[in-house]
Amino acid sequence: MNDRISRETIATDDIDPEFVDALVEAGADRIRTCIQCGTCSSVCPSGRRTAFRTRELMRKALLGLKDEVLSSPDLWLCATCLTCLERCPRQIKVTDVIIKMRNMAVDEGYMLPQHRKASQKLIESGHAVPLDEANREMRKDLGLKEVPPTTHDDSKALEETREIMRKTGFVRLIEGQEKEAT
Amino acid sequence: MTEGVTYSFFLGCVMPNRFPNIEKSIRTVMPQLGVTLEDLNGASCCPAPGVIRSFRESTWLALAIRNLALAEQAGHDLITGCNGCYGTFKEALAEVRTNPTKMKEVQEIFKELDINFTGKVDAKHIIEVIHEIGTENLGAKIKRPLNNLNVAVHYGCHLLKPSKNRPWEQTQRHTFLDELVEITGAKSIKYKDKYLCCGAGGGVRGGQVAVSVDIAKEKLDNMIEADVDCLVDVCSFCHLQFEASQPQLNKELGEKKYQIPVVYYTQLLGLALGMEPDELGLHKHVVNTQPVLDKIFA
Repeated sequence: MNDRISRETIATDDIDPEFVDALVEAGADRIRTCIQCGTCSSVCPSGRRTAFRTRELMRKALLGLKDEVLSSPDLWLCATCLTCLERCPRQIKVTDVIIKMRNMAVDEGYMLPQHRKASQKLIESGHAVPLDEANREMRKDLGLKEVPPTTHDDSKALEETREIMRKTGFVRLIEGQEKEAT
Repeated sequence: MTEGVTYSFFLGCVMPNRFPNIEKSIRTVMPQLGVTLEDLNGASCCPAPGVIRSFRESTWLALAIRNLALAEQAGHDLITGCNGCYGTFKEALAEVRTNPTKMKEVQEIFKELDINFTGKVDAKHIIEVIHEIGTENLGAKIKRPLNNLNVAVHYGCHLLKPSKNRPWEQTQRHTFLDELVEITGAKSIKYKDKYLCCGAGGGVRGGQVAVSVDIAKEKLDNMIEADVDCLVDVCSFCHLQFEASQPQLNKELGEKKYQIPVVYYTQLLGLALGMEPDELGLHKHVVNTQPVLDKIFA
């Protein structure tokens, strides 16, 4: 035996037995029925071109490897095409499980800067993709209202959406405690 | 059954703020089909099922239900031309209808804001409403058959899935959009992996753009292989993906390989109904639509 090879590829300390419970409680009720068949990975468009393996993610979650799952950049490679959810022979709502893992990851502070930016735009304007100058012009050229009849054109409605974002903790999540307190 | 019905037109973000030409074509075509669109004043982002739902589901649900509540107050069902927004509304409605605790949580948030929501509202996709009108009725309205036009149909994902919460008869290998394309006189061309994702969703375009564009590239390569004149989509986010990815791919490649015009369904239908390209915003595309128009007006 070669002693330089660690037999403990999964450290006991890394196992959080409550992780699966938390996922189940969040609505991923069938995740425990996973048989590791790999259907999810085989139909995944992101998995075709990256090292992202949905099956691996499910297995790690079942093992309770919470930190490894939540800190993994792979978690953000799912395009939510829902093909795995559709094909899973155990009818696990795989995409929903990934969304729930992402919610937990964000709560732990794992957040891609581009996603934070889109979220900031949502808080500022009510839209993750807000109107810009070029498109104001294009709207006019097309004979449409220059500003669409959305929160862009209604400050009361915008404030209402912000209040919802404050009440559900979204503003704090994106902008941090300090900013909201000011 | 859909004729004479009024819907609250939910715009979302990408359509009014990046591709108003799609909005223009919907506003021009739908009344011609007997469908009245009323503005949904004060609507916000759906919000995005990729980033926002991934960040905080409770925020996503409450904002989605607020948009639905606006339509409910207006007394109409909501209509959207984006698969992502459609997915958000279908899933949000299912969530509050099957889970009373979620409904209560949302109503608790709404209480102080004076928003009323009972759940007596539905969300529909533009293409769902057009499909309800029926190919026969639509066929009777065609004035300019788009003969000889070879089209790659792109359904997108959230229009079709999860199939348990979608109105389509089939759960896979759908044909309704191909049929709606073919009533215009155009031909829906078979191509590899027609039902594959465009690659934009789930926050992948925002967060991992190289992977996202590579998925779009695979679809575009398959379309080029099938020698199509254009692609037809029904989602403003897929539309953004195909419009934005092609110049990007050409730049990386150093040659103009990717030049497939990206046409939204109501633009295609509008042409067949006899409308002018400018009325449908076809002069405002990223990828030049002139080759399509040349073929139609030849």
